[in-house]
Amino acid sequence: MMTELRPETEQELAEAIRTLTGPVAVRGGGTRAFGGAVTGPVLHTGAMAGIALYEPGALTLVAKAGTPVAEIEAALAAEGQRLAFEVPDWRGLLATEGVSTIGGVVASNASGPRRVQAGACRDALLGVRFVDGTGTVVKNGGRVMKNVTGYDLAKLMAGSHGTLGVLSEVALKVLPAPEAMASLAVAIDDPGAAVAALSAALGSPFDVTGAAWLPGAGALVRIEGFAASVAYRAERLAALLAPHGAVTVERDRDAVAAQWAAVRDVAPFHGRPGDLWRLALKPSDAPGAVARLGGPAVLDWGGGLVWALLPGGEDARARLSGLAGHATLVRAAPETRARIAAVPPEPAPVATLAAGLRQRFDPRGLLNAGLMG
Amino acid sequence: MDLPAPNPAVLGRKAAIVARLRAVLPADAVIDDPAETRAYECDALTAYRCPPLAVVLPRTTEEVAAALKVCHAEGVPVVPRGSGTSLAGGALPTGDAVILGVSRLNAVLETDYPNRFVRVQSGRTNLSVTGAVEADGFFYAPDPSSQLACAIAGNIAMNSGGAHCLKYGVTTNNLLGVRMVLMDGTVVDLGGPWMDAPGLDLLGLVCGSEGQLGVVTEAWLRILPKPEGARPVLMGFDSSEVAGACVADIIKAGVLPVAIEFMDRPCIEATEAFAKAGYPMCEALLIVEVEGSAAEIDEQLGLIKQIAGRHDPVELREAGDEDEAKRIWLGRKSAFGAMGQINDYMCLDGTIPVSSLPHVLRRIGEMSAEFGLDVANVFHAGDGNMHPLILFDANKPGDLERCEAFGAEILKLCVEVGGCLTGEHGVGIEKRDLMSVQFAPDDLEAQMRVKDVFDPKWLLNPAKVFPLAVSAGRRAA
Repeated sequence: MMTELRPETEQELAEAIRTLTGPVAVRGGGTRAFGGAVTGPVLHTGAMAGIALYEPGALTLVAKAGTPVAEIEAALAAEGQRLAFEVPDWRGLLATEGVSTIGGVVASNASGPRRVQAGACRDALLGVRFVDGTGTVVKNGGRVMKNVTGYDLAKLMAGSHGTLGVLSEVALKVLPAPEAMASLAVAIDDPGAAVAALSAALGSPFDVTGAAWLPGAGALVRIEGFAASVAYRAERLAALLAPHGAVTVERDRDAVAAQWAAVRDVAPFHGRPGDLWRLALKPSDAPGAVARLGGPAVLDWGGGLVWALLPGGEDARARLSGLAGHATLVRAAPETRARIAAVPPEPAPVATLAAGLRQRFDPRGLLNAGLMG
Repeated sequence: MDLPAPNPAVLGRKAAIVARLRAVLPADAVIDDPAETRAYECDALTAYRCPPLAVVLPRTTEEVAAALKVCHAEGVPVVPRGSGTSLAGGALPTGDAVILGVSRLNAVLETDYPNRFVRVQSGRTNLSVTGAVEADGFFYAPDPSSQLACAIAGNIAMNSGGAHCLKYGVTTNNLLGVRMVLMDGTVVDLGGPWMDAPGLDLLGLVCGSEGQLGVVTEAWLRILPKPEGARPVLMGFDSSEVAGACVADIIKAGVLPVAIEFMDRPCIEATEAFAKAGYPMCEALLIVEVEGSAAEIDEQLGLIKQIAGRHDPVELREAGDEDEAKRIWLGRKSAFGAMGQINDYMCLDGTIPVSSLPHVLRRIGEMSAEFGLDVANVFHAGDGNMHPLILFDANKPGDLERCEAFGAEILKLCVEVGGCLTGEHGVGIEKRDLMSVQFAPDDLEAQMRVKDVFDPKWLLNPAKVFPLAVSAGRRAA
């Protein structure tokens, strides 16, 4: 049994991959355990750490892949800035421990409620450095906000879960942190009525940065910005949403932050038994999907993202057949994961393209083999 | 700028190839009369021209697939073309290539306000996408200067930006999905009206791939509710450095304007002579636009003016009404046209870290003197996307070559300070041979492996993006 690998530099990472004789499990902080079973010793990226460059005036930050997210968020907060895409903490959801790294975040394209307004992790990703399965160092993109020079391999790496290459460095666009925030709650028990309310908010000019529905809490709408502007928009949105149900407005910054951390981290499902599924679909299809699944659900992204709990071993995809979109199995017992693919099967021509890319970026099938199916 | 020699075998089979295309397409969808194909000999990079072998103008995804199958079987290179507004030669054909124009694919297929997307055919123009939804209070955010003419297909191919992408992002951030035909005629859907990919993000890979991976025939585009209002402020400074410092301070203060545009003195002078927008004669001018309700705009502009005040502006002009706002934008929007009136020019597109702005502007000024060619700068300052316009005389022997050499030096400088060759126009043929300045051989190899997967015979727009010597082995295979 080979010992664990813990490269401290990109060169060491490249050397380690070049000399591999069998598959490895690539791991950042190990907080986002996901997908099919992966064999082999662990290749830890956590020793490649540190913020390499941070220019607040240019809204850009470059960090080694193993840098803890908390370290990056602290550095940004000191300058009144933040990551654009609101990194979710999945430890409560997946019963994992450890320290989330920025490389792991990018590799899983982990994106929180602000997705509806500021985009996903992949949208904030300006550039990457990685080592592919042949041990070759590749850089792509850069550290500037507009860049169409060559193919966008950074997007390909975001969400590839370490299967095409191991990230060594990422460059991110960051944003100013807002002066104030407010959250409106509309008393709605039914997902259908909730999505209608959220669509009304997201279709308004009031720059909504979060639109979710939690059972018990109702439909939630977040706004952020300068204090006077937040006050104005809260008032206008309260009027807009009134026909959908009783509206209450939370203006306390800490309370708003806590509420949206609960949405971001899917707190209602922490410690709950069952298989955890994640659906991406048209918001207006969400209520029907929730009805077909029958179990507890949390809606984010205006309904475009559904988290659902199902009894162990059930295949959500069978229940959702015919509905456009896709369903990912995020958490389940090993025997279920052995039977149901975590990542939804793709139509043949798309699967052929994906297989072709894997074959070229990781021809020996060494990196997180089987994790994405 | 070299283009690969046309394949004699293809040229020799022209009649047979055209006959096969005619057999699978409507009669008016295939053009091979040399007088008519000349209309497709170049795009907006007009210095380079070459009539194609033939032109096909399909009306449906099925017709696109049929045409590509024929070309794939015959080994004929295909150059996809939107509206032909590429400034980088992205739609420039070779003599043995079939131009596949998507201009007849221009319908809006689906408008969905509750889910905030439209599905359009890719030949539809950028501005007409917004046109289809603005009466209902929505818009499509990416707004390249050519938006009246340019097609969504070209926007996707080049990952186009625009003046307002500081807030709204570029094409890739507003693209939800595509229907695309691969070179062998296979139709694939990547993405759709939802917000992320199930497996690998192939959509993100396709956007900005310059028509080398497939021909996009339909797109799902994110639409946004129109803001309540928008208002610009114009600020003049007595040096470019000070204007650059002001931009950094505005961003650091936590204001995120939708646009920060920059013009220098040569550009201001040319623009004034042409458009008479009433701009102050100064070394550098910023136009900053913010959005929201009237009160929100007042608050943001108040803060911006306060910051600008610390940099001793020679002029600070806020738009009092719609008419004044239009006048502030008038000069900026006519800048390229104005420069075209007085000179031939080459428009560069490198992006630099905003912090390097003063240094880069100073170096461009020095190089301008060395090369003996004037430069006017107009660009998106908020995101560091520069547009130096090098002025030259196309009728003067050697001027174009000197201009290109100067342009190459500016782009090398952009890379040297941590930036890139192109921010929104694309590589095309124009920056192709400079790719090795920005990328190591392994970086280019990784990108070419992607093309190997999507287009194993390297028939789609093959002479673009990668230096010819670097792609030679693959194109010959």
